[in-house]
Parts: sequence; structure tokens; C-alpha cells
Amino acid sequence: MLKYILKRILYMFFVLLIVTTITFFLMHFIPGDPLTAMVQKLPEQTKINYYAKYGLDKPVYIQYLVFLKGIFTQGTLGESIRFPGRNVMDVLQKYSGFSSEIGLVAVAIGFVIGVILGTLAALKQNKLPDRVLGVIAILGISVPVYILGTVFQYLFTVKWPLFPTLGWGTPAHKVLPILCMSFAPLATYTRYMRSSVLDVINQDYITMAEAKGLSFSQVVRHHVLRNSILPSLTILGPNVADVFTGSFVIESIFSIPGLGSYYITAVNDRDFPMIIGCAMFYTAIYVLSLLVVDILYVIIDPRIRLAQDK
Amino acid sequence: MNTFDLNLSDDLFTIEGCNADEGEKLLRPHTTFLKDAWRRLRNNKIAIAAMCLLILIALYTLFGTMICGYDPTKMSKEMNQAPSLKHWFGTDKLGRDLFARVSIGGRVSMLIGVVGALITTLFGSIYGSVSAFIGGKVDAIMMRFVEIISSIPYLIVVIMLSLMMNDSGVKSILLALCIVGWCQTARLVRGQVLQLVNSDYVTAARTLGVSNWKIILRHMIPNTMSVIIVNLTFRIPNYIFSEAFLSYVGLGISSPDTSWGSLASAGKENMFFHPYQLFFPALMIALTMLSFTLFGDGLRDALDPKLRR
Repeated sequence: MLKYILKRILYMFFVLLIVTTITFFLMHFIPGDPLTAMVQKLPEQTKINYYAKYGLDKPVYIQYLVFLKGIFTQGTLGESIRFPGRNVMDVLQKYSGFSSEIGLVAVAIGFVIGVILGTLAALKQNKLPDRVLGVIAILGISVPVYILGTVFQYLFTVKWPLFPTLGWGTPAHKVLPILCMSFAPLATYTRYMRSSVLDVINQDYITMAEAKGLSFSQVVRHHVLRNSILPSLTILGPNVADVFTGSFVIESIFSIPGLGSYYITAVNDRDFPMIIGCAMFYTAIYVLSLLVVDILYVIIDPRIRLAQDK
Repeated sequence: MNTFDLNLSDDLFTIEGCNADEGEKLLRPHTTFLKDAWRRLRNNKIAIAAMCLLILIALYTLFGTMICGYDPTKMSKEMNQAPSLKHWFGTDKLGRDLFARVSIGGRVSMLIGVVGALITTLFGSIYGSVSAFIGGKVDAIMMRFVEIISSIPYLIVVIMLSLMMNDSGVKSILLALCIVGWCQTARLVRGQVLQLVNSDYVTAARTLGVSNWKIILRHMIPNTMSVIIVNLTFRIPNYIFSEAFLSYVGLGISSPDTSWGSLASAGKENMFFHPYQLFFPALMIALTMLSFTLFGDGLRDALDPKLRR
């Protein structure tokens, strides 16, 4: 198990390196660079000096090697070109926390509640709770998160002022963004859980467990849930990535000082070091969540053996 | 032992019920797979309602401007008007009729949804099935590649491509969404084909000496088709969603072209004063998503009864 995890972590770094490389070269193929807008009116020699300062006058592959050297020898991602003095690592450390906090909490809430509601819907199949939950689930996947965000903001801050409109700081500020972002995962998990629970309920071992005289809650907790949660777990990894992408808008709607706005400005400015930094962060989150899901798999279902764990 | 000699001859007997000829006779009309699926789909009221809604939405996006008779790009003095008999969905801040604009915007959204889903599904299916069919090392390498591609944040690809192609229009969004989007389909189809390759009836066919091509034509394609079609109906709303998201952030379709996402984005600015400007595009996105999802559910049940829940 430990060996497998170590191997996966190594592989994770490999993926990270490849994605960084692809991003790096893609970025440099875009016409224009971070300095174009800044140096337009400067004299020729100043321009050349500027390009030399950031190493942008060198061929792309040398820039790439310099960039790699920076990561491996000093652990730095460089400095923002557009905003001199702004270290990319610092920005990541400072602002990724906010993004991760609402993102991960939203997925966690969505997952837990979705699993519970989905199970409930399946156990009450074709009865009133099932119908109501079905409508909620369908709404959850058909209303885009940004529209939900705008509407929630209007309803809960303007019409009924229950929460602060914008900003960050107190727990009350976090309620609405998290609520908006957890809605779509919640709906997805409810749907997945409902269908997989319905599948499991009809299995022989459930009848067997009931015949043994286990109470209803024991059957649900030990047999139904454990067997039906796997499909929901599978989509947990990609879901984390989706929610983080969605967080760009939520962050801008609720003025949360997250990474999203930095990323979008960086791309618009072609601020190379910042783009790479943010892309690495999002990739790392995604790959990490895939790893966590894989480990959870083994914990929940002992039948699944890790491929390399022989 | 001639005590029971009753002198029975054949002509004393007649065959009752089925006879040799009628045993092969078809009593009911022959149903094909598609007919059967259609019969199942027809019984699903929700799916049929969703299908009708989809047709209505499609008609609206195609002929909406003719129905209301307004030019979607023509500005007028009637700015920010609430929905009325004259302007059914109201007007925007430049006095353009929103009913016409939502209709035109829908064309772009639907186009991206349908074309994007078609391209990615086609490519993903081919990639996935080739990977599963060859198997072994090739499969492992191809799947690793998928894993890496799908872990690139798609936003970065979209923005870069739109900058490279020097326009932020339909083409670049489509290309960008396609580049990242095929991975999921490839995984799905690969799983399905792997299952088929190892199934008993394919082994049986192999044993009987059926050629590879015939196995692909007779077993692989029909048996993966339903999964692919269902996947297609779920992908379309996904792309509409992504396009709307990009346009909403300001990275997608830009003026003078429009889409539901960019209409919603424009409506957001005036949301507190003229909420209907956000409401109608948002409603269209939600309705389309809703009906595609419900229709996809129904289609899955109809095409693949094994999956019915």
C-alpha cells in the first residue's frame, strides 16, 4: 500500500511536469508577451534591456531550462512580470487558501449530503421524497453555478439581508459561496447514489443480510452504502476540478480574494510566471484528488486491489 | 404380438395446432433494435416531453427572429424595456429586442453544443476503442496520454487557442473544448469495448472463426452504439454549459456575436434594475440543460434496458 502511494506520488509529479511543459510551450507560442504592452513607448535600448532582464530575448527552450532550474534549485516559480516584486509562490500561498477552502468544503458538503439524499431517494423509490429529490437534482444540474450565484446574492443579501453581500473574513461571508458551489455536486451525487443504491438493494446479499435479522439501519450502513458509493467516488476527482473552475465566477460574484481573478488577469496580461504557477496549482489539486479517490477506493471496497499491490 | 393390430395408417391422423410450415411463420411483425427502443422511449412520458421541448427550443433558435420580426442587432430608442406585448422578452440597454437576441444567441450555443459533442464523441470513441482493441502496452500508453491531457485546466487551453487564432469566436471555443473534451468519451468507450472483447459471445465468435472485421461490425459497434449515443446527449448540454461559462467570464463569444452565456453575462450587470435581462437567457440555458438531461435519461433506458433503474 505504502509503496503504491509513493509510486503514485512520483507519477503525480511526472504529470505535473508534463502539464507544466505543455503549458509553458503553448504560452510561448501565443503572439505577444507580457512586455509588449508595457514597453511600446519606450526607447529601443530600454526595450532590449527589459527583454534581457526577464530572459525573454533567449530562445524558448533556454527559457524553459532556466525556469526548470529555478524550480529545482531554489524552489521558486519566479516573479510576476506585470507586477514586479510580486512573487508567484507568495501569491499562490496567500490566495490559493481561500479558493481551496470554499472549493473543498463545497465538494465535501455536496458529496455528503448528496450521498444521503440519493440513498433516501432510492429507499423511498417512486414515493414523494423521491419525486421531490428528483426535481431538486435535475434543477441542480441544469442551473449554471454563476446564475445560481447571482440569484442567491440577490435573494439573500438584497431581498432578505441574511448574509453579507461581498467580501471575505467572517464565517458568514463563506455561507453563500459555499452554498452555491455545493449545489451542482450535490445534485450529481444524488443522482448517482440513487441509481447505484437501487442496483444494490436488489442484490442477494442484501436479502441475506435482512434474513440474518440485521436491523434496517445496519443493512443500509454496512451493506447498501458501502457497496453503492463507488460510482460516486469515481466522479469525485473530476468533480473537484470542475468546482475549482466554477470558483472563478463565484469568486468574482462574491468578491472573494481567491486565485481565480489572479489567473484570469495573468492570462489576459500574458504574465508567464503567474500563468504557469496557477496552472500548476490547479493541476496539482486535480491529480491529488484523483490519488485521494484511489486510496479511498481501497479503504471502502476491500475487493479492489491496487494494481501494483501484489 | 398382433393383439393391438388396429390397422392405423398415416392418413387417419391430422396435425393439430402448429404444422411444419407454420412453425417458421412470423406471427408478429419483426421488430428491429431501433423500433424496439422507440417503443420503449414512447412509453416514457418525461422523455417525450423533454424531446418536444427540445424541438421547440430548436425551432425557436432557428425561426425566433422571424416570429417576432425584429432585427437582433438593430438598436432603437426603446432601451431597457420590461417584457411587454411589443417586446416579448423586453429590450436590452441598447434597445435591441431580447426575444430576437436570445434566439440568435441560442443558435451559437446550440451549434457549439451539438458540433462539439459530435466531434469529441466521434474522436473519443475511435481512440477508446482502438486503445481497448489493441490492448497491452499500446493501451497503457494511450490511456496515460488521456490522463495527462485531461489534467490540463481547460480554461488555459481555451484562452490560449482563442488568442492564437486571433478571434474569440465560435471556432476557437469549439476547438478548445474539443481538445480537452474527448478524454472522457475515450475512457468510457474503452471500458465498454474491453468488456465486450472479454465477453463470452465474442470469444464464441472468435472460436467459430469469424473475422475481426465482422466482429467489429456485428458485435462491437451495435453494442457500444447505445452507450455512445447516450453519452452524446449528455455531452451536448455540457458544452452549452461550458460555452456559457466562458462567455460569462468574458472569454467566450464577444460582441457583436452573441450566445446565451454572453447574454446572461450582459444581463448580470443590470440584474438589480432589469432582472428579466438575466432571466430569459438563464431560463433558456436551464431549459435546454434540463431537457437534454431528461431526454438522455429516457434514451439510456430505451436503448439499454439492462441499465434501466
